[in-house]
Amino acid sequence: MTNATIFEGDGPEKVYHELLKQGKFRIQRCGACGGHIFFPRVICTLCGSADLAWIAPSGRGTVYSTTVLRRKPESGGNLNLVLVDLEEGPRMMSRVEGISAEEVKIGMAVEASIIEDKGAPLVVFHPAGEAK
Amino acid sequence: MMNNNLRGSVAIVGVGQAGIGEAHGRTDMEIMVEAAQKAVSDAGLSMRDIDGIATASVGASMWALPTVEYLGIRPKFIDSTMLGGCSFVSHMLPAMMALNAGLCDNVLVCYGANARTSPTMTFAQQESRRAQFDPHPYETPYQSNIVTSYALAAARHMHQYGTTRRDLAEVAVAARKWAQLNPEAFMRDPLTIEEVLAARLIADPLSLRDCCMVSDGAGAYVLTRADRAKHLKQKPVYVLGNASAVWHRQISSMPDLTVTAAQESGERAFAMAGMQPSDIDVVELYDAFTINTILFLEDLGFCKKGEGGAFVANGGIAPGGRLPVNTNGGGLSCVHPGMYGMFITIEAVRQLRGEGGARQVAGAETAVVHGNGGLLSAQATAILGTEAAL
Repeated sequence: MTNATIFEGDGPEKVYHELLKQGKFRIQRCGACGGHIFFPRVICTLCGSADLAWIAPSGRGTVYSTTVLRRKPESGGNLNLVLVDLEEGPRMMSRVEGISAEEVKIGMAVEASIIEDKGAPLVVFHPAGEAK
Repeated sequence: MMNNNLRGSVAIVGVGQAGIGEAHGRTDMEIMVEAAQKAVSDAGLSMRDIDGIATASVGASMWALPTVEYLGIRPKFIDSTMLGGCSFVSHMLPAMMALNAGLCDNVLVCYGANARTSPTMTFAQQESRRAQFDPHPYETPYQSNIVTSYALAAARHMHQYGTTRRDLAEVAVAARKWAQLNPEAFMRDPLTIEEVLAARLIADPLSLRDCCMVSDGAGAYVLTRADRAKHLKQKPVYVLGNASAVWHRQISSMPDLTVTAAQESGERAFAMAGMQPSDIDVVELYDAFTINTILFLEDLGFCKKGEGGAFVANGGIAPGGRLPVNTNGGGLSCVHPGMYGMFITIEAVRQLRGEGGARQVAGAETAVVHGNGGLLSAQATAILGTEAAL
């Protein structure tokens, strides 16, 4: 049955952040078309269905694009920003940690983890196979 | 096809600019209404004749209301659709439909912002306020901003097609060369490829000189039906095609960072006009960043996908190049108060009227105006032409 729960209770944006606080990074899978979507919504952008359920992604992804926000050290220093294509299909913004901002390359295999940033949980990535 | 009923059915009959560069001591409303007054009198009309309005603002969500109040008009057609910087290119189509339906006779499209000298709100304050009322909840935590978003697109284009920072620099240098021919342009000092490459990086691969300026500026144009346009003061500039497309908001939701919705808006606008890129004499594109010009030249069909870098190389779009692009100096060197779409429209009209002075493209009868909004998010294309192009 469609419209099972996504329109009831807390909305997906709140649920996503609550799950992150529990250390769980989740994306949505559509029961109607089988596709995955990110960011979390109340309908599937691939087919329009509201039959969405939370799943744990593999956490593996590939850097689709990368940039370095150039800042003075007193303003926080240089910062990496990437777009990562998750193994399940959706793309998300994040940053790659564990190497310098300039060393992040398009096509690099990365793995997700959850860190605390400015008092809130945040999904970041590390080069695949490296210790976090 | 229904679209063909709109082709050439309305014309831009008046244009005006005010406060270009720095407008010390004047509010955004004051410079906008100065531009509006100039556009209306340029058309040989009076503000009493204006019975339709289209306007938008970055800072005020109900901008049409104070605009109507300030002008002292009672419009029968009101559009304040906000698609970011392309809004004033996008405003053409609803106005064309309203004019053709006989709902009104003269539509004023206007915009103004004193982003550079505003005593009440700096550009940084505007950005911070926008983050609150126009949130990007899945990007803001990573400290993304406008420049990082366009930088991600530039980096991907370079990776996928071998586009170089030198190609990007060609766009900035071409814009500056056009600006040097335009007495109204804000930045007219000489600029070399080497200087663009050596400028401070803002977000790799974009340097300071790959980014548009922040200036003050206001502009306005007046649309009326073609049958009325013939009897007015200026040579009419006909709207031959117009279309808008929106595919995303946040850059992370853009399906392919090397392909913008300009592909769709351009295709529809050209279809309405019954024309193709080879029919176009002059091109005015929203160059918020150097990568924009390359993306839009490709997406509008002036060259193949991936070949934009080669197209702009060796002065390809500079004065004397293969195609005149951004003949006023662009958002990179002429004017950029935040929503530049107004100024590309005005520049195209001036070129088609033959009023370009030292930068005039000889014999220009057709123009493409292409606006961009958000983070490569909203795209609006207009095909304009003189009577010879009808």
